[in-house]
Amino acid sequence: MLAAPAFLVMIAVTVYPIVQAFFDSLFSYRLTAPDERAFVGLGNYGVLLSDALFWRGLGVTVLITVVTVAVELVLGFLLALVMHNAATRLRGLLRTAILVPYGTITVVSAFAWFFAFDINTGFINSWFSWLPGIDETFNWFGSAAPALVVIMASEIWKTTPFISLLLLAGLAQVPGELTEAARVDGGTRWEVTRRVVLPNMKAAIMVAVLFRALDAFRIFDNVFIMTNGAYGTEVLSLLAYRTSIGRLEIGMGSAISVVLFLCVIGIAVLAIRGFRVDLASGEGR
Amino acid sequence: MHEGALRPARSLPRRRGPAARLFAAGAVLVLGASLAACGSADDGTPELTWYINPDNGGQERIAQECTEEAGGDYTVSTSLLPRDAASQREQLARRLAAGDRSLDVMSLDPPYIPELAEPGFLAPVPDDVAEATTEDVVDGALQGATWEDELVAIPFWANTQLLWYRQSVADEVGLDMSQPVTWDQLMEAAEDSDKFLGIHGIRGESMTVWINALYESQGQAIIENPEAPAAETQLSLDTEAGAEAARIVGTIGSEGLAGPGATTQDENVAMAQFQGEQGSFMVNWPFVYSATQAAVEQGTVDQEILDDMQWAGYPRVDEDTESAPPLGGINLGVGAASEHPELAYEAIQCIVDPDRQTQYFLSDGNPPASTVAYDDPEVEETYPMAPDIRDSLERAVPRPQTPYYNEVSLGIQEHWTPIGAVGESTPAESQEFIQDVLRGDALQ
Repeated sequence: MLAAPAFLVMIAVTVYPIVQAFFDSLFSYRLTAPDERAFVGLGNYGVLLSDALFWRGLGVTVLITVVTVAVELVLGFLLALVMHNAATRLRGLLRTAILVPYGTITVVSAFAWFFAFDINTGFINSWFSWLPGIDETFNWFGSAAPALVVIMASEIWKTTPFISLLLLAGLAQVPGELTEAARVDGGTRWEVTRRVVLPNMKAAIMVAVLFRALDAFRIFDNVFIMTNGAYGTEVLSLLAYRTSIGRLEIGMGSAISVVLFLCVIGIAVLAIRGFRVDLASGEGR
Repeated sequence: MHEGALRPARSLPRRRGPAARLFAAGAVLVLGASLAACGSADDGTPELTWYINPDNGGQERIAQECTEEAGGDYTVSTSLLPRDAASQREQLARRLAAGDRSLDVMSLDPPYIPELAEPGFLAPVPDDVAEATTEDVVDGALQGATWEDELVAIPFWANTQLLWYRQSVADEVGLDMSQPVTWDQLMEAAEDSDKFLGIHGIRGESMTVWINALYESQGQAIIENPEAPAAETQLSLDTEAGAEAARIVGTIGSEGLAGPGATTQDENVAMAQFQGEQGSFMVNWPFVYSATQAAVEQGTVDQEILDDMQWAGYPRVDEDTESAPPLGGINLGVGAASEHPELAYEAIQCIVDPDRQTQYFLSDGNPPASTVAYDDPEVEETYPMAPDIRDSLERAVPRPQTPYYNEVSLGIQEHWTPIGAVGESTPAESQEFIQDVLRGDALQ
């Protein structure tokens, strides 16, 4: 009973919009043509799932999610190790320094990266002109591959601290006796990490991967600012935004949002199953 | 802080006593009073809200002037819209659809007007206001304010693009700029001088502006039946004019005539390139002149560049056919749910007064929609190109007037960029794609 008010608020702010979005997705409904609203059943989903643009958007979104989460996990783990093993005096400073990118507003960091790489305002081309393929005339945002590299780099720069913080918490949970015992038994540093440290911080890794994968899958700001989805950099969130807010096609936009939501649920289920972790107990089974 | 916030709650009686009831009644009164205050000033004078696009402060000044001129009948306050036209449209369309009563006067970008007029989101223009405000207005601006043969908004200022060029480059390649020039001549000049053309190759609204001008300059409209329902809309992109437009855009793109940044070049980027070493010829709005003047004053651009900067009419596609320059600007509309539509139209009459349009041109650089407003000698003193702007406005053709303009424009942007990839098949592909989208068979 004590939780009832919170529960009601949750229903009002989450369940209601989800149900409403699903309901709207069954209609052909344009905000500027309210009289032409018509029930089309699952028609919007039919158009959506048979459209190349949707699959390309999904592909780009999955690519961004997989690459950024994988890179962030490795980098984040290294940073967590640095923070974990740093001398006590340096620890505070180190953590603050590592956390700075995460404290930056995404839109601001997106603009910073955009201006750094932009062919007119950027300095990257002149700084890195010694690298093959890069010169003053290289347009990073003129085609999909380089644009996605910048978008992913910006995403990685900004959110690696978040993952490293979660992994740091996991590292702190690994009992010291275990690692010590493993070392006494003659385990190398790599063996200790792989066989003792990593299995014991499975729950933390799962939480980090889950949170970041869900976040990365819903990527919007970086793409919106840097390319606005141009030249094959469209992601699902942007497609949903453009359809609902730009084209004012509430029906189709809702259908995209519902599919995006189902994908996110799918990722959560996969991650939890894949790691076989019971989050409530906080330990791997 | 936390504790302090809790304290009054704790001191309230557990059961609702007289004090609590009094508090609640007071709260209701305060809330009611503050709600009633919306839409009228404290003394009961109706307050009109004018949603303005960002400028140099000219619209704010005009709002004050019109408040004074109203002599207490109403006051006009301004509310700022987002920077780009597409975001302005998004915000206004959502508010209008929701029946927002605060939308008294709105600064509207012409291409989006049919979309708002069709569902009846705009209050009808009274006949006397229509008559009084459309006298001496340039034709293109009137077309942009009309939907289904009815005036649905009032032209405020009108914009058009000119061909800006560096005299030194024109001399170098021997191009006679006193005669109308064609796109082919410009492309040749860029190649000969090894300098870059200023065009708008970014995937954005400016791309549609360019494509529309290329079609209209050949006397070909993009849409055959702009007033038809979505599914029946017929496009005429896949025509001879389309093939010629694709040839021009594709050649500039594939031969790199607009520089390496062509695919991300918008109006501002094109201007920056024009001011630099590679600048040669550029199609752009008149703001580039005042912006270059300002840059010279700030010391970021050399005076020599400004002295070298000249202008001419928008380039032709065919040397014997007059060009149809792009048309932009702002028209004023009144929200259908406004509580004071009559007063709003009264305010609009005050705003679009030709003298105010002149002053607005002088202060903000936005050209008047009224031809009379160009007669002031100060106009030509400040903007030597004003007569050319006026001529260009007379020939300018608006972008297609359809409630589905957004879809048409996005479809063009998606298929005509990157400009290096534009080829023979582009017109047909874009036509098919846009028609699929309009029928609801494809995403965009």
